[in-house]
Amino acid sequence: MINKTIRQSAWLFVVPVVLLVAFNALIPLMTVVNYAFQETFGDNVFFWEGLTWFEQVLNSDRFHDAFLRQIMFTSIILLIEVPLGIAIALSMPRKGPWVSVCLVLMALPLLIPWNVVGAMWNIFALPDIGLLGYSLNSMGIDYNFTQQPISAWATMILMDVWHWTSLVVLLAYAGLTAIPEAYYQAARIDGASKWAVFKWIQLPKMKRVLTIAILLRFMDSFMIYTELIVLTGGGPGNSTTLLSIDLVKLALGQFDLGPAAAMSLIYFFIVLLICWVFYTLMMKNEKQ
Amino acid sequence: MTKIALQNIRHSYLGSPQTDGDFAIKHINTVFEDGGAYALLGPSGCGKTTLLGIVSGLISPTSGRILFDGEDITRVDTIHRHIAQVFQFPVIYDTMTVFDNLAFPLRNRKVPESDIKARVLDVAKMLDLEEGIHRRAASLTVDGKQKISLGRGLVREDVNVMMFDEPLTVIDQNMKWELRSKLKELHQNVRTTMIYVTHDQTEALTFADEVLVMYEGRVVQSGTPVELFEKPRHTFVGYFIGSPGMNIFPCQISGETVEFSGLPIECDNQIQGIRSLQDSQAITEIGIRPEYVRFSNQGIPVRICRVDDLGRHQLVHVEHEHHAIKLICPEDAPIPEGSACVRFEKSRTFLYADKWLAGEGSQS
Amino acid sequence: MCIYAASITRFLALSVELRNVDKVVDGMVHIHPVNLLLQDREFNVLLGATLSGKTTLLRLMAGLEKPSSGEVLFSGKNVTGVSVQKRNIAMVYQEFINYPNFSVFDNIASPLRVAGKKPDQIKQEVGEIAELLRLSEFLDRDIASLSGGQQQRIALARALVKRASLVLLDEPLANLDYKLREQLREELPRLFVASGSTVVYATSEPEEALMLGGHIAMLHEGKVVQYGKTTDIYRRPGNLESARIFSHPPINVTTIVKSSGVIAIPGVTEWQCPEVFRDRPDGEYLLGIRPHHLSLTSPERDARLVTISGTVQLAEISGSVSLVHMRINGNDWISESGGIHPHSIGESIKVYMHLDGCLYFDRDGTAIY
Repeated sequence: MINKTIRQSAWLFVVPVVLLVAFNALIPLMTVVNYAFQETFGDNVFFWEGLTWFEQVLNSDRFHDAFLRQIMFTSIILLIEVPLGIAIALSMPRKGPWVSVCLVLMALPLLIPWNVVGAMWNIFALPDIGLLGYSLNSMGIDYNFTQQPISAWATMILMDVWHWTSLVVLLAYAGLTAIPEAYYQAARIDGASKWAVFKWIQLPKMKRVLTIAILLRFMDSFMIYTELIVLTGGGPGNSTTLLSIDLVKLALGQFDLGPAAAMSLIYFFIVLLICWVFYTLMMKNEKQ
Repeated sequence: MTKIALQNIRHSYLGSPQTDGDFAIKHINTVFEDGGAYALLGPSGCGKTTLLGIVSGLISPTSGRILFDGEDITRVDTIHRHIAQVFQFPVIYDTMTVFDNLAFPLRNRKVPESDIKARVLDVAKMLDLEEGIHRRAASLTVDGKQKISLGRGLVREDVNVMMFDEPLTVIDQNMKWELRSKLKELHQNVRTTMIYVTHDQTEALTFADEVLVMYEGRVVQSGTPVELFEKPRHTFVGYFIGSPGMNIFPCQISGETVEFSGLPIECDNQIQGIRSLQDSQAITEIGIRPEYVRFSNQGIPVRICRVDDLGRHQLVHVEHEHHAIKLICPEDAPIPEGSACVRFEKSRTFLYADKWLAGEGSQS
Repeated sequence: MCIYAASITRFLALSVELRNVDKVVDGMVHIHPVNLLLQDREFNVLLGATLSGKTTLLRLMAGLEKPSSGEVLFSGKNVTGVSVQKRNIAMVYQEFINYPNFSVFDNIASPLRVAGKKPDQIKQEVGEIAELLRLSEFLDRDIASLSGGQQQRIALARALVKRASLVLLDEPLANLDYKLREQLREELPRLFVASGSTVVYATSEPEEALMLGGHIAMLHEGKVVQYGKTTDIYRRPGNLESARIFSHPPINVTTIVKSSGVIAIPGVTEWQCPEVFRDRPDGEYLLGIRPHHLSLTSPERDARLVTISGTVQLAEISGSVSLVHMRINGNDWISESGGIHPHSIGESIKVYMHLDGCLYFDRDGTAIY
């Protein structure tokens, strides 16, 4: 239904948002674009560099490695968090007093500030005094996330799963509760197994919210910074240096503003591109 | 193919029901014969959906027993009762094709694929779903989807009873008409016991051989459409069935006569009715359907208030001392103006005591 | 009712005119050019099947949609570009749309508050309307605790209390219980007409249209095929489409042959050609006969009848009438009779066809009178 009203005054309500977005997104973005194509030595003096910085970044091993690590990290956490989130949502009660208890418990990790999450896990996992690190070591498992890349990765993934699975759970749960009771009754009458109910009723009905969950988790994991910088700082060595950490190192550690700006833009387009591909595929599937 | 008996069923949604008012089902004793077409008819909140839930096993009654062919299945799970049900809104598996939807209950029961195909095509043909059977079920119109829900019951051979929970609610007017006829035809072909729950008298009377009229947690009358129409045992049945419903007026008994605002009225059940009322304090009423009120030269003087031309007939609203009376007259019949007299047909006029047909006793 | 009608202050009701209005969306014609004049203070019904364009037409009148071309006039004034807010209309939908967090009183009072009326006056007006729609005892209740029928009565009360010049109702009773529908159908026209508004009521049910009375516009696939007084159109549809829309159960249509003063349904029966038909050339025509003019019992009054025999395919009993689907000489017919007449499938029966109820059409569907 096309619903055109003739009054134009509604536009006025949008003006504050437009201004806000202009100040906190468009203007900084333009600054980044400015840096990406020029060289500066301060004093607002700029020299045109064209695509030099882009070539430099795209050809550097350092970027390739960070990018690969990023892809690996995102894939692993998606593969864990989505199925785990669905499984938890399925096992949550659908009515009764326990519903709110479960929901509050689930929401807790989402409420903790990101730097606190990093700090918590850092202390929790310390091999000498942390509960996790100490227990693992006393069980005879050689674990030290400040020294071993494998331990660092495991800790990083565990932290992310702990922090963000709840989001998937809440979205999946919302999708589940929207399924009318009649569907379950019909399935019981049709003699469907639990697996069949999941495959033919729950999963199709959750598809929409799961798309959103995956998209959100994908974008967030691609931009993970705060928790990680507190937990590992990108180490040991460069083993947990994901794109965002690398970018900050480049921009603020080395003050290579030109390459950093170019990398930001590349980073931005990668996220945009993958999201778009994701979304189109999902929607196409939906239409069939 | 099963005979279903409900014995002394009571059900309350409350933990510890005290009074009669706490019960959604107050007391029901009834039998659904094998192969019959039944309708549970009543307004919302009369307990008809609860009763359906009790038969299907989705609700466990507070007390009483359900027997399938004499076997007590009160505590048996839904899936082992071998029932089929069509819900108010079509329930289909969106991501499957029409064929797979129909095959689903058979595949779950591990029926060989070759048998499935024959059976599904059979049912699809019965329901006119053959065209586009390999399309996604989600692409069908709402009546097509409802046919699929129905079809998933029809493909199974183990079905004891098929139940319908207001299945035409979301269906378009024109399609309603078609689906109703289709359903009736299906019943005549497959002869499975069918129970149809609705608040719509048209659907109930069209579909069922026997209609159970429910009111406040009880079955107030069960009978063929003819019985319900011609001799309502309870004033609620008179009001609820027929369009418009029965005219009901207060009346007094004096000796052997029934009086409506001072005028003697002859009733069909007058003699046994009055006899049963000896010394009782019951509130008495008379009921007559608008179809059986006629204009006449003498009788009850009335004032004509309004005439509605309803096409196939005319609905005339008249008044006798503040008692509104409705009459149905043929399409082309002349209607007197101003004032006139009306007469009640004796064999269609009934005396009610405390809402029940006098002299017939009430159901427990 | 009379007390209510007298107590309200009169205001200007509107006539609504559509001049060559059409609506095309993405190349699809939703409404073909329509010319329609709805008189003020008149109860108007839009009758048509689902997707025949009823809702679009209502939305065009409301100003929720702009016509692709043509003009909408209220009492002769062009309002085509005027926004909904400025048109003083009220609309009631099929779904029960109320403010979920308001009490019943606040729901009904909302249009008055928007209009900036004084609390005393609001209280009085809401009280009157609530009395009329039998909502008085619920005024303090929460909307959520009410049944569907009560919720829809509140939506109707809101439309009434607004005293809109134009009230648009889009199948307002479709989601209600059968008996409640029966009762509200009877009350609605009187309520709205007494309130002095011009009313447009969309429905897909012929019976509802008859019960509502007033004037009627017949819609078919985005075209208004006929407009006029409800009972006139029912008795004398101008074309086959009108007759089809305005018949439930569906009208029986069959080919007839006229030859030298006799009309025949080939292989079934024949009768004397009626007066109006006499000057027409011989040949094939169409006959429309409503199911209730094919009755199982012969009527008491002397009517011109022919008898037809057929076999029962399905017998249905609905409310206080019986419907029999029959097969007559290879065609499916439906007959409707008052009372309850059970018949079994395959039985041979005889029906009486009322010649006065016959509707004759040209091959192209134009009615012959």
